[in-house]
Amino acid sequence: MAMELLMGNQAIAYGAIRAGVGLVSGYPGTPSTEVLETVAAQNSGDIYVEWSVNEKAALEVAAGAAYAGMRSMVTMKQVGLNACCDPVMSLAYLGVKGGMVLVVADDPGPISSQTEQDTRKFAAYAKIPVFDPASPSEAYKMVQDAFTYSEKYGTPVILRPTTRVCHACESMDVTLEHTVKKAEGFVKDPRWVVFPALSRQCHEKVEKRRPVLSEDFSGYRYNTIEGTGKKGILTSGISYAYVKEALGMLTREGKLSQKEADSYSLCRIATAYPFPEEVGRTFLSQAETVLAVEELEPVLEENILMLAGKDSWKGQVHGRLDGTMPAAGENTADHVKASLEQYLLGSRPEGASVHEDPGQLPVRPPVLCAGCPHRASFYAVKEAMKGKKTVFSGDIGCYTLGNAAPLQMVDTCLCMGAGVTIPQGIRRAEPDTYSFGFVGDSTFFHTGIPGVVNAVYNQTKMTLIVLDNSTTAMTGHQPHPGTGKTMMGEVSNKISIRKVLEGIGVSYIAQVNPFDFQLAVETVKEAADQDGVSAVIFQAPCIAVAKPEKAYHIDENCIKCSKCMTKLGCPAISRQDGKVVIDKELCYGCGLCTYVCPVDAIKR
Amino acid sequence: MKNCILAGVGGQGTVLASKMIAACAMRKGYKARTAETIGMAQRGGCVVSHVRLGDEAYSPLIPYKEADLIIGFEPAEAVRNLPYLKEGGTIVVSDRAVKPTTDAFSCKKYDGKEMLDYLKSHVHTIIVDTDGACREAGSYKALNMALLGAAAAAGVLGIQMQELQEAVRERMPEKFHRLNIRALEAGAGHMRVQEDDRCR
Repeated sequence: MAMELLMGNQAIAYGAIRAGVGLVSGYPGTPSTEVLETVAAQNSGDIYVEWSVNEKAALEVAAGAAYAGMRSMVTMKQVGLNACCDPVMSLAYLGVKGGMVLVVADDPGPISSQTEQDTRKFAAYAKIPVFDPASPSEAYKMVQDAFTYSEKYGTPVILRPTTRVCHACESMDVTLEHTVKKAEGFVKDPRWVVFPALSRQCHEKVEKRRPVLSEDFSGYRYNTIEGTGKKGILTSGISYAYVKEALGMLTREGKLSQKEADSYSLCRIATAYPFPEEVGRTFLSQAETVLAVEELEPVLEENILMLAGKDSWKGQVHGRLDGTMPAAGENTADHVKASLEQYLLGSRPEGASVHEDPGQLPVRPPVLCAGCPHRASFYAVKEAMKGKKTVFSGDIGCYTLGNAAPLQMVDTCLCMGAGVTIPQGIRRAEPDTYSFGFVGDSTFFHTGIPGVVNAVYNQTKMTLIVLDNSTTAMTGHQPHPGTGKTMMGEVSNKISIRKVLEGIGVSYIAQVNPFDFQLAVETVKEAADQDGVSAVIFQAPCIAVAKPEKAYHIDENCIKCSKCMTKLGCPAISRQDGKVVIDKELCYGCGLCTYVCPVDAIKR
Repeated sequence: MKNCILAGVGGQGTVLASKMIAACAMRKGYKARTAETIGMAQRGGCVVSHVRLGDEAYSPLIPYKEADLIIGFEPAEAVRNLPYLKEGGTIVVSDRAVKPTTDAFSCKKYDGKEMLDYLKSHVHTIIVDTDGACREAGSYKALNMALLGAAAAAGVLGIQMQELQEAVRERMPEKFHRLNIRALEAGAGHMRVQEDDRCR
């Protein structure tokens, strides 16, 4: 054992390795990405690790290994679980042989996500046990527990960390010593073939298992009750850490004396599904009221209300459902402290700010990096379609940032792959509109391809712009089928986006470097006027995977028209002491600004 | 228990600096917790690292009014995080402003001066001439180490300069040792400790 500072996601990876995982698959997504990356980085060669093309593929690959008796793990963010909802629902029925853990990271806030959905609720819907760690060191242990429970009950199990567990670091005692559990091999059996008759049996099996698991979980080490007071606090996951922090602060401030400290009891539920009823029952037997402190969905609150009804408990439950706690957004120790102060002491907490207003602080929305090829691609399309009625549909990735001023080139964004299909519907509803879809290279492989097939098959006129920067940039530069690199360190055949489009039957396909700006504009103009589906692949690597070129500077010919700033929004160009200047530390030498300058004042 | 906030703009190296502080504390036998901004918000946006040393913490994030120290990699980012500073806490801040890209087309002007003035008149502030320190060290990318060096030299980090140097040698690839150790020292040499101490 050794003390290491590990991020929650690293801790999960370490725990899985320790548990003898033999296969890990996943698709990158904040805040889950580092789990798989850590397994790959720490792989001594006996674990198979892959970035799959999407979450559905990842889940099915992991399920296959678990069918054969291997311990497997699949990683994704919460919206990724939507993309593999189909296999998850059926797999919950069929079950697994080797332990299988789905690491699904939720994102309260949301900080980097489209939704504030709660995987604990999804777990209940799918009837899959779920574990909810409160810290990185707990996550390390819980993922190991999850494998044990998975094999004990022959079911996939979900580990659901949230952003503040995934991306928090903690010093902890860990070891990477492990033995990959030997897989027995796939044994042919009708149990692996989902048929209606089998499904009915399986449905009954998982329903009958619920109370058994609930009882088992009532003895689980992380389902606990502290104190015996009448004011009950019900919490889970990171909110448990906030409650503990807040109680500590109230005690230090002298607000929570021993008398008041004896007035509460704290129930922490680490397994929201199946809800450990006996723990809940003990908690309710001593509490007169309950305050549920949780994020995303009122999962524990609903469970305790159900139990209260079942047991004819007479107290009151406060939380999100009665408006006591905020309906959306993430918790903080400060918010929780204010709520507890009111709940336990009946006092209104004082405001947090001690300082007078410092005046307006600069706003810093995230922006495309200096030298980002997406800026050139967006600007080329914008120039090409100037004055024409056009709708630009975007997708998920760094290029969603193309929606910001001054580019304003993302009119819609829904979910992975929708950048290809939303424009098809827009075109059908509004036939006089040019309909554009933007999709990144990794997203193209993820769920973009079926959308292109759909457009070609249904003969919908649209222009597809593939922003190919040779990486999965937003999540930290993971490889994908177009890069040819795998997580086992091998180089496979790169899958050519152009050839895929040709195979589908896209009639017009052009491939151009967006920094070859005039050609890029002309190409887009030509593509837009094709019948049927046309595609332009803009190819230029992400600045993070390419070396910078020599920086540009602005010479004395500058007429201060500011077009380079106001049209492109490049972070390297700014106004200083009345002059427009290029920051040579930030400039990547892409040269896009030279096409915008009307007096040719931007030079290498 | 020691709580420290590192606040800056994506790409300035707050994460590495927070890891360095944690590494030094762990060598001394302290429990360490940190929390970082990762993902979309990194791209030119505000980033904050929370570092908590000692056994009494549960939350990875520091609550308001509990930070002993804020290391501001940028003047406005130090001000933005002031609600975290405890009474009597200290700010170590770079005097170099990072303009938001949106300034270019919103006609707003920001140069950081007002923010530094605000800090100086409200809290105990140590201003670091990071441009000077980085020039001396040999790279602007060493901003994070310059600020850590200043904080250590001022005695507000709870970690000695020598401990930071050891952490650099232990945690970084050898080719970066010289630059980063020079930056630690240059930071210490380019700070202006506020003389008027009335806000302490």
